Amino acid sequence: MSRKTQALAALCAGLMIAATGCGGSGDSGGDDNTITWWHNSNNDPGKGYYEQVAKDFEKANPGVKVKVEAFAHEDMLTKLDAAFQSGDPEQIPDVYMERGGGELADHVEAGLTKDLSEDAADEIDMIGGSVAGWQVEDKTYALPFSIGVVGFWYNKELFAKAGITAAPTTLEDFYDAVDKLKAAKIQPVSVGAKDAWPAAHYYYWTAVRECSEDVLTSAVKSLDFSDPCFEKAGDDLVDIVAHKPFNNGFLSTGAQEGPTSASGLLATGKVAMELAGHWEPGVMQGITEDKKGLGDKTGWFAFPQIEGGQGDPGAQMGGGDAWAVSEGAPDASVDFVKYLLSTDVQTGFAENGMGLPTNPDATGALTDPALADLIKVRDSAPYVQLYFDTAFGQAVGGAMNDAIVNVFAGKGTGTDIVTATQEAADKEK
Amino acid sequence: MEILVFVTPALALIALFVAWPIVTAVRFSVYDWKGFGDLTDFVGLENYVEVLGDEVFRSAVGHNMMIVVGSILLQLPLGVAIALLLNRRMRGQGLLRTIIFVPYVLAEVIAAVVWLQLLQPQYGFIDAFTAQIGLTPPEQGWLGTPEYALWIVLLVLTWKYLGLAVLLFLAGMQGVSEELHEAAQLDGASWWQTQWRITIPLLGPTMRTWAFLSMIGSIQCFDMIWVLTQGGPADATATMATYLIDEGTKRHNYGIAGAASVILFVIAFAMALAYQVLILRRDTKEDTV
Repeated sequence: MSRKTQALAALCAGLMIAATGCGGSGDSGGDDNTITWWHNSNNDPGKGYYEQVAKDFEKANPGVKVKVEAFAHEDMLTKLDAAFQSGDPEQIPDVYMERGGGELADHVEAGLTKDLSEDAADEIDMIGGSVAGWQVEDKTYALPFSIGVVGFWYNKELFAKAGITAAPTTLEDFYDAVDKLKAAKIQPVSVGAKDAWPAAHYYYWTAVRECSEDVLTSAVKSLDFSDPCFEKAGDDLVDIVAHKPFNNGFLSTGAQEGPTSASGLLATGKVAMELAGHWEPGVMQGITEDKKGLGDKTGWFAFPQIEGGQGDPGAQMGGGDAWAVSEGAPDASVDFVKYLLSTDVQTGFAENGMGLPTNPDATGALTDPALADLIKVRDSAPYVQLYFDTAFGQAVGGAMNDAIVNVFAGKGTGTDIVTATQEAADKEK
Repeated sequence: MEILVFVTPALALIALFVAWPIVTAVRFSVYDWKGFGDLTDFVGLENYVEVLGDEVFRSAVGHNMMIVVGSILLQLPLGVAIALLLNRRMRGQGLLRTIIFVPYVLAEVIAAVVWLQLLQPQYGFIDAFTAQIGLTPPEQGWLGTPEYALWIVLLVLTWKYLGLAVLLFLAGMQGVSEELHEAAQLDGASWWQTQWRITIPLLGPTMRTWAFLSMIGSIQCFDMIWVLTQGGPADATATMATYLIDEGTKRHNYGIAGAASVILFVIAFAMALAYQVLILRRDTKEDTV
């Protein structure tokens, strides 16, 4: 072989690798008895537990194989998007995670997700009202296996130091606590506004307090934000920001990575509280060196009540994850998803502290005291409003989140949030 | 035949990784597409109208232009000055060159993470330092204050890319014939006069080529901004590239992102062409005359 042809051959080989490389893990699905399952519990004990779950299912269903793939959360979302974009059934996993709301509606519209309404009717009944976030036109497309709520996590020791005797229940109490903390030279609240969503949770919450359940439910369907409560919620937010409760540099603070993130500041005792979901204790444990997070000092209280608000005082705001089956997946996939919601699997899920189970028979199995308290709050709520950015879909939610961050940056009003959201929503119609 | 053998693989690569993505982006840009399912919702030029009417995109273009102009205005005089300095024989020359050049060798993301740590509000080195010398750092931190953020990004970019300017200018200076300097010296020209009348004018082609590279880099500016601010706060540092990611990957408005990417391409292409015609042509003409 001459030098020239050698080089050419090498180049061609390179090209071939490049061309086929993109299609890498293309052996998902296809086979009638193999279920590909994507999840995001890529650390133990969750990872090992799910492997065991898959093995148990294989044992009970001879001939069926479950291929488990565990990803880091962000990686999973990227891979899912890519798989769905390819439209290739070989690439799309059979069982995967759905966050519900507008994102699910898009998947349903594109014919990617299987209707589980009839096949899993018993499970849907068992889960109850929370399943609403995963319904499109009264059909259920995914079974939520973990649903959490967002509230204030606080440092009991710092609260005591500032002379705060009871957790705030109204906005006035909250402002009072903020003033007391400031007087004690403690930064009151951290928020990771750089990542937008932690800041956006404040507006979701003021809206849940200001708007009645009916208004919220119909807004999710009609994408109509003309009810004055949405604007009022924005003005409440302007008011909260004006009280300056947040950590120095909150606009460039990240959500939960490292000690200078919003979660890190709470975990290391630099701030007294943070608005976050049920994941917060786990995140804080990951950030502190002793792996204990705030430990015994951890406290939780619900978002304060707002005087004159139309929302049910017991309503909660949060979200969760659900198992969905892709269109064209083997029939056994539906059985597998039902198995994942069974008391056995959900109990193990709770015992391992992987989330807040939705199977009522498994809720008692939570060992983490913070989570055990939280699930009581969730289960006594008349309804749990799904995060707006999820409920309204990425396009509308993204525009809304950006407008909310502008308010945090002192550049907007309640009206601006509604206008930006409505503009994005009108494009969706 | 030989030409064909050598050119075909390159052409194939260009077709696969350059031409095909461009064609795809153009195709996406005329549809309303969420990222999955077939392209069915044809909207014509609506996405373009929307992108051009979007205040965030327009301000992003403005930020890109500011980075283009700012980079050249900052790096050109600084780069020439440092290159002139380093071009003289002196102690520690090698060490100085290395120090100036190291930031350029660092991956952009790594450099950005280093600066992100330094600029951390309240706990970062820079805030601690400003507080130490009796000044009050901005309440929101340097990167969190919309009025400062873009300027800080520009400074970090200057720190990062000054090394390239210096390197190229130094190389250009090596190409200036020693005889010219000697002749000038014999005529009684001072060091400063020699540099001003001989070295810098002869550095012209190098400067023009460097400015071209800098301009293209500035238009595509992404990594540094993504790590430092993600285009925030309140879109104060958004560039066309961060707008693409926001609309496409984050919001799944792939049609809008497609339109924005085509506009980015057109702007970059037009600027490159104009630069070629108006400025770089002088260099090629001189060569041929």
